[in-house]
Amino acid sequence: MKLITAIIKPFKLDDVRETLSEIGVTGITATEVKGFGRQKGHTELYRGAEYVVDFLPKIKLEIAIDDELLQSALDAITKAANTGKIGDGKIFVSDLTEVIRIRTGESGAAAL
Amino acid sequence: MENQVVELAYALDTFYFLVMGAFVMWMAAGFAMLESGLVRSKSTVEILTKNIALYSIACIMYMLMGYNIMYSGTESTWWPFAFDILGSSDNTAAEVIASGGETYYSGLSDFFFQAVFVAATMSIVSGAVAERMKLWSFLLFAVVMTGFIYPVQGFWKWGGGFLDQAGFLDFAGSGVVHMCGATAALAGVILLGARKGRYTPDGKAVAMPGANMPLATLGTFILWMGWFGFNGGSELIVSNVAEANAVALIFVNTNTAAAGGVIAALITAKLMFGKADLSMALNGALAGLVSITAEPLTPTPLLATIIGAIGGIIVVFSIVTLDKFKLDDPVGAISVHGVCGLWGLIAVVFSNSEANLGTQLYGAFAIFAWTFIVSMIFWFIIKMIIGIRVSEEDEMEGVDISECGMEAYPEFVNK
Repeated sequence: MKLITAIIKPFKLDDVRETLSEIGVTGITATEVKGFGRQKGHTELYRGAEYVVDFLPKIKLEIAIDDELLQSALDAITKAANTGKIGDGKIFVSDLTEVIRIRTGESGAAAL
Repeated sequence: MENQVVELAYALDTFYFLVMGAFVMWMAAGFAMLESGLVRSKSTVEILTKNIALYSIACIMYMLMGYNIMYSGTESTWWPFAFDILGSSDNTAAEVIASGGETYYSGLSDFFFQAVFVAATMSIVSGAVAERMKLWSFLLFAVVMTGFIYPVQGFWKWGGGFLDQAGFLDFAGSGVVHMCGATAALAGVILLGARKGRYTPDGKAVAMPGANMPLATLGTFILWMGWFGFNGGSELIVSNVAEANAVALIFVNTNTAAAGGVIAALITAKLMFGKADLSMALNGALAGLVSITAEPLTPTPLLATIIGAIGGIIVVFSIVTLDKFKLDDPVGAISVHGVCGLWGLIAVVFSNSEANLGTQLYGAFAIFAWTFIVSMIFWFIIKMIIGIRVSEEDEMEGVDISECGMEAYPEFVNK
């Protein structure tokens, strides 16, 4: 089992969710975050005082996924979240040691 | 029949005072919304508490002593001490008729109208000292300001004191209200110091954007509307053709001065900063309103617009300049009400032939000197007794928590 952590542009959330549903992904957690990579921020003025907007709003998705579905999920997210412009985001994949469904107590792949 | 007309005029003018007073009362909501929009969310509850509490303190202190200090007509033209609590008696119909219409309004309606002006003055201070002042220190100052500092200088002009006798003109209070409030604020800001992190060691200003632009805008519109009462009501009478026309012109000039202020501030901000700055446009509206408040009756609408527009330009420069002096004013109160209040007093000479630049400056100086010195003394006393600034820790966490123990937006994650 793997945990996909994807940072995407906020307005891409619906596209990504739809595409993931189509390939059979049944659970996603989304958080509002701020971040930057190589997409630089910019300077604005508020009442004549400068402030730097470094951190840009993003959405972080966390998806627990079965190894079988991993590659198609990665392809789905990459395709749906892509705009071709700088700041599209990144996907991180990590090993997932355990998954438990709270309601039933199921664990492992059955809980995905 | 004639008695009926006299009584009707009395009723109408009393009604006018009351309704215009209610409009000015509504400005308290305007200040509350404007200020809570321009501070950070962690300071919102505290500033709202200050606003509603200062309004209440003002009304009570003015009833207890302020009104009679200002209007008892004591012998001295500069020291009006007549200690008296407001009673509930008023003019009888017989007295009104016997006066032939010279007594044309209820005494209590006059109190009501004047009381809301005191509250407006005090609320100017609240924004300038926001985000780092102890709540109860502020409220303690409010007691002194509304019960003593404001009434004394108010007596000098509107109570028939030496400024009035010198020919100083201030129709609705560019000096008596706005400059006075801003001066008390300035004294407080100097003694208080800037918010932590507001200026870098080499003197550059750091932006601390307000948390809620919709509220700030709503507040500005509410103040704009309330100002019709502020200036319109200050004509003090509406019950004949000449006066009704005067009130109409005052409404028009008040409105158009605000509009001039908005456009001028917007364009000035665009030229100075490269983009439209809503907070400057909002300050511009108020700057225009303050600028016309000293004389909203004698200018033509075009001149009123220009006076307001000049106020709108001045306010932007003033805000930037205050930052250069490290005087931290989160909402621009000192610039809007103080600097533009002074401009408003000066602008009277452009449309009112009875005005004299020297006398206007003399009045401005008297109000400024009295308010600044006495305010500084009381701020200092309060600082010695209970302190005026919250601790650095409390300021970082937010005065909402330290002074009020609650958050304005508890369901949102905040810093």
